[in-house]
Amino acid sequence: MKDTADSHVTEDGRTIGGTLLDLRGITLRFGGVEAIKNISFDIRQGEIRAIIGPNGAGKSSMLNVISGFYNPQEGEVWFRGEKRPAMKPFQVARSGVARTFQNIALFDGMSVLDNIMTGRLNDMHAGLVAQMIWKGKAEREEVENRARVERIIDFLEIQHIRKTPVGRLPYGLKKRVELARALAAEPDLLLLDEPMAGMNVEEKEDMSRYILDVNDEMGTTIALIEHDMGVVMDISDRVVVMDYGRKIGDGTPDEVRNNPQVIDAYLGVAHD
Amino acid sequence: MPDQLLFAIEVTLNGLMAGVLYALVALGFVLIFKASGIFNYAQGVMALFAALTLVGIMEGQVPFEHLINATFGTEIHGFGWEVPALLAILLTMVTMVLFAWLVNWLVLRHLVGQEPIILFMATIGLAYFLEGFGDMMWGSDIKALDVGLPQGINSWIDETTLDLFGYGFFIDNLDIAATIIAAILVAVLVAFSQYTKQGRALRAVADDHQAALSVGISLNFIWVLTWSIAGFVALVAGIMWGTKSGVQFSLSLIALKALPVLMLGGFTSIPGAIVGGLIIGVGEKLFEFLVGPLVGGATENWFAYVLALIFLVFRPQGLFGERIIERV
Ligand SMILES: Nc1ncnc2c1ncn2[C@@H]1O[C@H](COP(=O)(O)OP(=O)(O)O)[C@@H](O)[C@H]1O
Ligand SMILES: [Mg+2]
Repeated sequence: MKDTADSHVTEDGRTIGGTLLDLRGITLRFGGVEAIKNISFDIRQGEIRAIIGPNGAGKSSMLNVISGFYNPQEGEVWFRGEKRPAMKPFQVARSGVARTFQNIALFDGMSVLDNIMTGRLNDMHAGLVAQMIWKGKAEREEVENRARVERIIDFLEIQHIRKTPVGRLPYGLKKRVELARALAAEPDLLLLDEPMAGMNVEEKEDMSRYILDVNDEMGTTIALIEHDMGVVMDISDRVVVMDYGRKIGDGTPDEVRNNPQVIDAYLGVAHD
Repeated sequence: MPDQLLFAIEVTLNGLMAGVLYALVALGFVLIFKASGIFNYAQGVMALFAALTLVGIMEGQVPFEHLINATFGTEIHGFGWEVPALLAILLTMVTMVLFAWLVNWLVLRHLVGQEPIILFMATIGLAYFLEGFGDMMWGSDIKALDVGLPQGINSWIDETTLDLFGYGFFIDNLDIAATIIAAILVAVLVAFSQYTKQGRALRAVADDHQAALSVGISLNFIWVLTWSIAGFVALVAGIMWGTKSGVQFSLSLIALKALPVLMLGGFTSIPGAIVGGLIIGVGEKLFEFLVGPLVGGATENWFAYVLALIFLVFRPQGLFGERIIERV
């Protein structure tokens, strides 16, 4: 494919399209605290967009704004070329945005399979009674949804824990199940809040590979928050850098790496 | 067989059937508690209100008759028609769904994220409001309820046991009907919660609100749904109790019996509510039968609570409870 005004092809052969999500002048306050200060950036179709910055910079808040968990006091969110009205999180989810959480939010009482199946709840349309007696459309839907979920389970290599209650899993696997549940919704935009936090090197490599594969094979646009600079530089197309609620850098990994303000923030004093 | 043993069996059977009712009321509590962490003090009054509404609709009462007559000086006394039981039950269910929606819209929506004790207080307020509102809407006199459930001694069981043991068991047809209906209700609830999208969403919300939101589940919808189901369970309990002892204020007090059931079964366990209800039902009847005569009777008033207390001390999470009750 050739580059056009609206799209270009990356070195590794993936196509990055036009703007999928556009954040314009977002400001978010908690009482007196300004967690996000007038930030604008966009996410393009098919890219992996990273948000980095020190602890408390406002990265999670930004993701929460995109996913509708927080409503900003100022600014606009444009999604697929339309200005998005204030939405509840479940409405944003239904509009094709899936996410994971920094502190993992799974259904601990359910099995891995059931957890992932909840990602497909919005693709079930059969009538109530039909579902209860497992007839007709309900059965077809269930079989179809199960098949899709099984593909994701294979993809993320978690077959061996399909029936395990999620509460019993170790941390790294929980993170993977959470990713699986988000993927099950087949989102247009996938938001990952520190998908590799607390993982060892090997687990981080696995997770990086999964993220790249999801993006490449499923064509999913991904915005992710990550602390590990090395990982971020490796897998992302473009990076937004935040510090104290402000955007201090935005560009390709190379551009960001050489940005003096970013170097300051990362090598300066206030760091974890 | 010795007579004592036969009596004991008969008492046990009757206890089981009383237990079914306790279980139903407890089930209403568990449903709401699981989904929203709210201990709904109004569950008993909901059963009363549902039964009142059912009788009112069946008898063609005009809602707020007294109020209308007193305000406008009119002389309205009913619509002058009677509504068939099945239709009336449907209409009552519609009322309960409306009630569920109003509770969420007017009260709970504004209390999201508040301390459990605040939510609990809100349901106390709700209970007293609903009690007064029910009186105002349908009048406060005791009413008979007959939706066509069979009543009176089951003569087949009576005769068969008489032939077999020389002693006829007294089992009320209403109790048998109640047990069957409750079993069907539970089966439907289980099928609903396991196999339907809405049921799965409900379990998801019960487990983790944030995660539920992130997969596109509307908490408000689920809360209205749970309160509606709790309203439906209350209606079934109200019909049974109302048929047995008339629709009157004391009906709302069955909620108090649900409390020890919950302590036994755990606040978050549906099987616990059922087994707990049966244990308390059988336990209090058997205890009264065996120990009652020794201590001068009336043990049914306190047995359930003492049993619950013992459980609280030794197994605070209940029989099947998922975690320690720290919310109430
Ligand atoms: N729900 C909230 N209520 C109050 N303050 C919050 C809330 N969420 C985040 N904050 C504040 O916003 C700032 C940014 O936090 P966060 O977005 O979690 O940062 P990061 O993810 O970059 O570490 C912090 O000062 C944090 O205390
Ligand atoms: Mg964060």
